[in-house]
Amino acid sequence: MTRSDARRAPWSAARDDRGAPNLARLTDIAQTFVAHAPACDAWTLRLVAETTDHLEVRQGVVEPSLIGCSLGAMVTVVEGAGSGYAATSDLSRAGLCAAADRARDWARVQARLGLFDARLQPPGATVADYRAPVEEPWESRPLADKLALLQAANQALDIDERIQDWSAWLTHRRVEQLLIGSAGTRVTQVLDYVHPGVQVVANAGSQTQRRHGGGADGGLQGGLENLVRLGFLDDATRLAEEAIALLDAPECPSDVRDLILMPNQMALQIHESIGHPLELDRILGDERNYAGTSFVTPEMFGRYRYGSELLNVTHDPTLPGELISVAADDEGTPAAREVLIRAGILERPLGGALSQARAGLPGTATSRASGWDRPPIDRMGNLNLEPGQGSLADLVGQVERGILMDTNRSWSIDDSRNKFQFGCELGRLIEDGRLKGLVRNPGYRGLSAEFWRSLAGVGGPETLGVGGVLNCGKGEPNQAVYVGHASPPCLFRRVAVFGGGE
Amino acid sequence: MMPDAFFALAERLSAELTGDEVLFCNLGGEVSDFVRLNHNRMRQAGNVCAAGLTLTLIDGARQAEAAFDLSGDPETDLAIGRALIGRLHERLAVLPDDPYLQYATQPSTGMAHQEPQALPPAEEAVATLIEAAEGLDLVGIWASGLIRTGLASSLGHRHWHERASFNLDWSLYLSGDKALKSSYSGFDWNPDVVHERLRTMRAGLEILRRPARRLDPGRYRAYLAPPAVEELMGMLAWGGFDLRDHRTQQTPLLKLVRGERAFDPRITLREDHARGLTPGFTPEGFILPPSVTLIDAGAVGDCLVESRSGREYGEPVNAASGSPESLSLEPGDLPESEVLARLDTGLWIGHLWYCNWSDPNEARVTGMTRFGTFWVEDGEIQCPVEVMRFDDSLYALFGGRLEALTRERELRLSPETYEGRSSASVLLPGVLVSGIALTL
Repeated sequence: MTRSDARRAPWSAARDDRGAPNLARLTDIAQTFVAHAPACDAWTLRLVAETTDHLEVRQGVVEPSLIGCSLGAMVTVVEGAGSGYAATSDLSRAGLCAAADRARDWARVQARLGLFDARLQPPGATVADYRAPVEEPWESRPLADKLALLQAANQALDIDERIQDWSAWLTHRRVEQLLIGSAGTRVTQVLDYVHPGVQVVANAGSQTQRRHGGGADGGLQGGLENLVRLGFLDDATRLAEEAIALLDAPECPSDVRDLILMPNQMALQIHESIGHPLELDRILGDERNYAGTSFVTPEMFGRYRYGSELLNVTHDPTLPGELISVAADDEGTPAAREVLIRAGILERPLGGALSQARAGLPGTATSRASGWDRPPIDRMGNLNLEPGQGSLADLVGQVERGILMDTNRSWSIDDSRNKFQFGCELGRLIEDGRLKGLVRNPGYRGLSAEFWRSLAGVGGPETLGVGGVLNCGKGEPNQAVYVGHASPPCLFRRVAVFGGGE
Repeated sequence: MMPDAFFALAERLSAELTGDEVLFCNLGGEVSDFVRLNHNRMRQAGNVCAAGLTLTLIDGARQAEAAFDLSGDPETDLAIGRALIGRLHERLAVLPDDPYLQYATQPSTGMAHQEPQALPPAEEAVATLIEAAEGLDLVGIWASGLIRTGLASSLGHRHWHERASFNLDWSLYLSGDKALKSSYSGFDWNPDVVHERLRTMRAGLEILRRPARRLDPGRYRAYLAPPAVEELMGMLAWGGFDLRDHRTQQTPLLKLVRGERAFDPRITLREDHARGLTPGFTPEGFILPPSVTLIDAGAVGDCLVESRSGREYGEPVNAASGSPESLSLEPGDLPESEVLARLDTGLWIGHLWYCNWSDPNEARVTGMTRFGTFWVEDGEIQCPVEVMRFDDSLYALFGGRLEALTRERELRLSPETYEGRSSASVLLPGVLVSGIALTL
């Protein structure tokens, strides 16, 4: 879905823009800006139009729906050794000029007090165009049909008097973005998402259990065609039954056992203990006051054994449909697939062009912003664990005494991204190569540096789960963004597991 | 956007209504400077000028909402608002009645203003900081400027809340993860405070230079400084006080509600709306009470009731949301100057980090030590400790193992900026416990 067209004059929206109703407006605003572009060494303008629609039915009652229309601009200015930014929702000529002035003011201050010379990052000239693949647009089904779907999901969840709360939702989000730059950058991207989800809560006495799913974890780019793929309606009754069954299940045992993590928990494990530690801005120290530092240091690249030989991790923004499939990052660096960990050996960090220049290391096209009101920083995009061989049953068959854990409910890791603890919604005993009964409140803890070396099995391509997280937070000022993760179920040897209770 | 312009826009949008329709307009906005620092130099600096308007259109028992970014140009904003009201009209024709719709039918007014003169230019404050921290590896964020909240309705509600504030949040690093953290936030900037705090931290860094002690898992006596207590309170804020979470048995305080667990009688928690840093009105036009007692002498108090839950469960509205924004914990009788002596031997925990539920049914929380955590022997700080994971129940830390609360409390303004600059704050003492369980 990645297309480039260098023949078209910059800033013109000459293509079919059905499904991207705001691009023409963004182009008009860009033209206004260009006609009054600031006098400086380099500038960029990133315009973001975001439309959202949230529908939810809880306990059969339609919650207040919310239509969102956000539109704003981020101007960056480079002058001499300094750079500065200014974001505004005033998109008039005067508003854009005022933003450029404020950005230039900050550039001048940073030229005196900055950490590095802004000219480290030469202005780009990328021309690229990306449209997320959408087969069935959000608007193609009327509101009444969507509400009927949500009511059907509610009925599928409300199966027992022990179900205390239940809800289902559909959220549409479309991000239309135009990035232009003084050196010729022009990147147009349209990201479209439909996020379905269900949640169910069961209670008996002082034991409460939750299950969520039906697409609630992560999701995909695309339209309503993804509802079936994400199991929106199909998951509902199973999740409600599992929530009830967990109420009476024994606690997860507390000892050291083999552990199989399902793809939706693997997403968090990859995210927290591979993705974040490999971020260059953490390694460079930018995040130390908030998100933290990293146990990974520059000299580890090319030689450090991060995991067993089964561990292969890629950063791939070119996969159709995953959450952060794009043509370029928010600074205009063209997207490309990169191998970060090959056969367990650490090869490459995550980080955009500026961090790469600062660190003297290679990186990835991953400088991203959460919206028009935040500057780009190093982020994960689509960070995936590559498939191995075999089915889930094959993995289970390799376990004499273990636990299978499914669906994240709790996550915590130290500021160097080493000592982690995760909790899951559902656990299942594994004995003598076979899945046994449910266990409740399952959790596990370990050290990143040891955990990945205990990776003993990776499911094949047919077991791959594609999803991610929708709320990855870091940065000062804070930014929460989507991150894509794909992984098969994986087997780890000798992990400290535990259950609930005092 | 200024209040007069906002109220005028709301009035013109209200002209779009037909019949008995009602329109609520809620404005949120900020004009902020943000400066990131690393290695005591500017890493990234800029300005954000943002304002958003949320429209709630009500027709009888039906309602729908729309939100958009304000450009500041009255005609442009009016045109977008009108178009959205048109879409809400179409939507209301399809939506069923909402049994939990509730809003204040009696109009009210209120203006809370504070003039911004007390704030310095951001570049001046940052230059002061960089100069004062010369030779130090300082990393952090400066945020300053105006935060505005407005409410206007077709019924006549007119409210405005505006504060100019600054929030400087920083750490000083020695190497690796060895660091001290501090913050200075408020409404009247005084550079002497920064100099004084940096002086104190320079002395602290000398202790931090000592070889770090590695602890084995186990239970340790500990003092939790207010920033560490804030992290634990953040967990309680996550479902602990929301009425809906209580009525659907989802609250992590379920065993407290059922009488199976209790906090120490010295634990009294309040949502102090009267602190005045957050708006005194809800988006639906309800006026907030000065205070809501959430935990009363160790027992369950009142829940936070936002308008929708209030209607569903028949309770009066007392909050804008189910999560506290102005929490306070009653102080105790331990003078801060005697903390080390009372601790005797154990951990002085400056900050906790990345907390999450380990088992919500037991209010069991896990998280990490971070920033300025030290080993203490015979009432004297000995050395820093390597970061450790804890996993313990709040019923234990604020119950059976609570030894003392400090007499002094710290007012901490949230540095959070995910949904714009936060107005939330906490007022907390430090907490001395006879044991905290470290696991990894």
